[in-house]
Amino acid sequence: MTEDAPLSPELLPAGPDGIELRFARRPEPAAMAAVQVLAAEIAAAPPEGLRELVPGLVSVLLRLDPGTVAAVGPGLLARARAIAATRPALPAPTRRWTIPAAFGGAEGPDLAAVAARLGQSEAAAAAEICAAELRVLTIGFAPGQPYIGLLPEAWNLPRLPELTPSVPAGALVVAVRQLVLFGAASATGWRQVAQVAFRPFRPDRAEPMPLRAGDAIRFAAAPADQIATLAGDPQGLGGARLEVLA
Amino acid sequence: MSTLTLHRVDGIVTVQDMGRPGHLAQGLSRGGAADRLALIEAAALLGARAPLAALEMAGAGGVFSVDAPMRVALTGAPMAATLDGVPLRWNATHRIEPGARLRIAGAEAGVYGYLVPAGGLVTPDWLGSRAAHLAIGIGAPLTAGAVLAVTPDPAPETEARVIAVANRFQGGTARLMDGPQTGLFDAGTLDAFCATAFRRGARGNRQGVQLSAEARFVAAEAAGLASDLIGPGDVQSTGDGVPYVLLAECQTVGGYPRLGTVVAEDLPLIAQAAPGTVLRFRRVGAEDAARACRDETVLLREAAARCSSLIRDPATIPDLLSYQLIGGVTRGDDLEQDDAR
Repeated sequence: MTEDAPLSPELLPAGPDGIELRFARRPEPAAMAAVQVLAAEIAAAPPEGLRELVPGLVSVLLRLDPGTVAAVGPGLLARARAIAATRPALPAPTRRWTIPAAFGGAEGPDLAAVAARLGQSEAAAAAEICAAELRVLTIGFAPGQPYIGLLPEAWNLPRLPELTPSVPAGALVVAVRQLVLFGAASATGWRQVAQVAFRPFRPDRAEPMPLRAGDAIRFAAAPADQIATLAGDPQGLGGARLEVLA
Repeated sequence: MSTLTLHRVDGIVTVQDMGRPGHLAQGLSRGGAADRLALIEAAALLGARAPLAALEMAGAGGVFSVDAPMRVALTGAPMAATLDGVPLRWNATHRIEPGARLRIAGAEAGVYGYLVPAGGLVTPDWLGSRAAHLAIGIGAPLTAGAVLAVTPDPAPETEARVIAVANRFQGGTARLMDGPQTGLFDAGTLDAFCATAFRRGARGNRQGVQLSAEARFVAAEAAGLASDLIGPGDVQSTGDGVPYVLLAECQTVGGYPRLGTVVAEDLPLIAQAAPGTVLRFRRVGAEDAARACRDETVLLREAAARCSSLIRDPATIPDLLSYQLIGGVTRGDDLEQDDAR
C-alpha cells in the first residue's frame, strides 16, 4: 500500500441496471482519493438516468435506468482514467463534522498498544488522530457506519489476529490507516482507541444516517465523563457539530 | 380503518413491501419482500395499481381474522389455507368476513408465502417503507395478538380471481451475469460453478442463502482485496469457497469476492428454494441480463394478463395432509461478515 502505486481504472458490470468504476483491486490510498474525486464530479454533473451514486472504498457504483447503462459507461471510464493519470488532490469537503472522543483508558483499551507500535506516547497518538485531515471514505456494513481515513502511513497497522468479541456502540477502532466508528456493539479485529457518544445510525432520528461519503471528520479529545454525559443525548448526536463549508 | 388480527403465528411473519431504495450510499440495502414477484402478483389479483404492504410468512403462516369484509390475495410459496375449515386455493383472492378464521399452514414448496389484504397494511413506515428489516432492527417478527391496521378494501364485492404462476418454488436454473469481480475467478472455476448442481444449504435468511456442494469456488486473486459494494443477487464466495446468494436484506459492503450476479427476475427462484432444493446457474451476457431487467410496471401488466376468474374445482384444492414445514429459515444474522472484525 503505497501512495504512488499505479491506478488502472476499470469499467465493470454491476447488474443490468448498474456499472462500477474501480480504480484498484486492493485498498490503495490513491484509489480511495480518486473515488472521492470521481464521485464529486459525478454528483456535480450527473449523467442521464442516474438513480443512485455510491462511493465505495476503491470503486464508485452507479445505479441507472437500465436503458442508459451502455451509453453512460465509456464517458465515465474516460473521466476515471483522467483522474487516475493526474492524481488530483481530494476535492474540498463541503461539510465537516467535529466529533468529541474520549481516548485511552476504558474508552480506548488498545490505545496504549497502538501508541507503543508507533513509538509514541498515548497522548501523542491521540493528538495525531485529532490533527489528521480525515474524510468519510465510504459507509457500509451497517447503516450509517463510516469508514474514515486516511491516517498517516505509520498507522498502517494490521488487523488483530484474534477478534475482540465485543466493542460497544460508539467504539472508534483503527487498522490499515482507517478508522471505523461502530453504530452498534460489534465483534472486531481492529483496535479500539477511543469512545464517542455520536451514533452514526439512529432510526428514530430526523436524519437516521447523517454521515455522507466525502464529509470531513475531525475528532476532538474530550474527557470520559463528558462522553458519558453526551451519550445521554436522545438524538444520538453525542455533541457532534456539523459545519457546512461550501 | 380496518384491522387484521394475528391469533396464532407459526412461521417468521413480518410486514413487507417493495422496500426502501435509494439509501445504498448510507449503507442501507433496499430490503422488502424476499419474493418481490409475489407482491406484484398479489397486486395484479387485487387490481391494485402498485404492490401493497403485506404479511410475508417464512415457512408457515398462522391463524388470522379481519374486522370488516375484505378480499385477501394469497401468493408466493403455496401453503395449505382454509377459511373456517374450507380449503382455499393459493395464488387467488378470497373474501374474508369478520369473525371467520383464516388458517395458513406450512409451505408445501418454497419458503415465503404472502397474505395481502386488498387495501394493503398501513403499519408504521420508516424512510417511505413499512418493510421490516430484521438485520438492523427495523420492525420485528410479528407475534400472536398483533392487530394491524389495513386500508378498507376499495372493492370488496369484486369476484374472486386466480393467477397462473410459473413454478419458482422447487428450484431450477438461475441466470447469472458477470459482476465486478467475476474476473478474479479463473475460467475453470466459473465453468465448474455453472456445472454444479447445488442444494440450498442449511444456512439462510432474508440476507442470503448458502449454496451447498462438495466443490469449493475460490477466487484466484482474492488476497488483500478491498471491500466492495454488494447487492441482492450477488453470489459471494466466502473464505472457505462456499458460495452464498445475497437477498433483500444483505449488507451494502462486503469483503468476499463475488462470482457474479443473479438477474433480478430469477432472484425469487433463489429466495423460494427451501433447504435441500436443487439450484443451478447459467451464465448469460449483459444483453440477455438487460432483457431480464423489466420494470415493475411491466411485470405488473404481465401478471394482470395471467389473472382470471376463480372457478372452484375440487381437483385443484391442495391435499391438506401433504404439506410439511420448511426448516432452515433463521431470523439470525449468521450471514453477517464484517471486514472490521
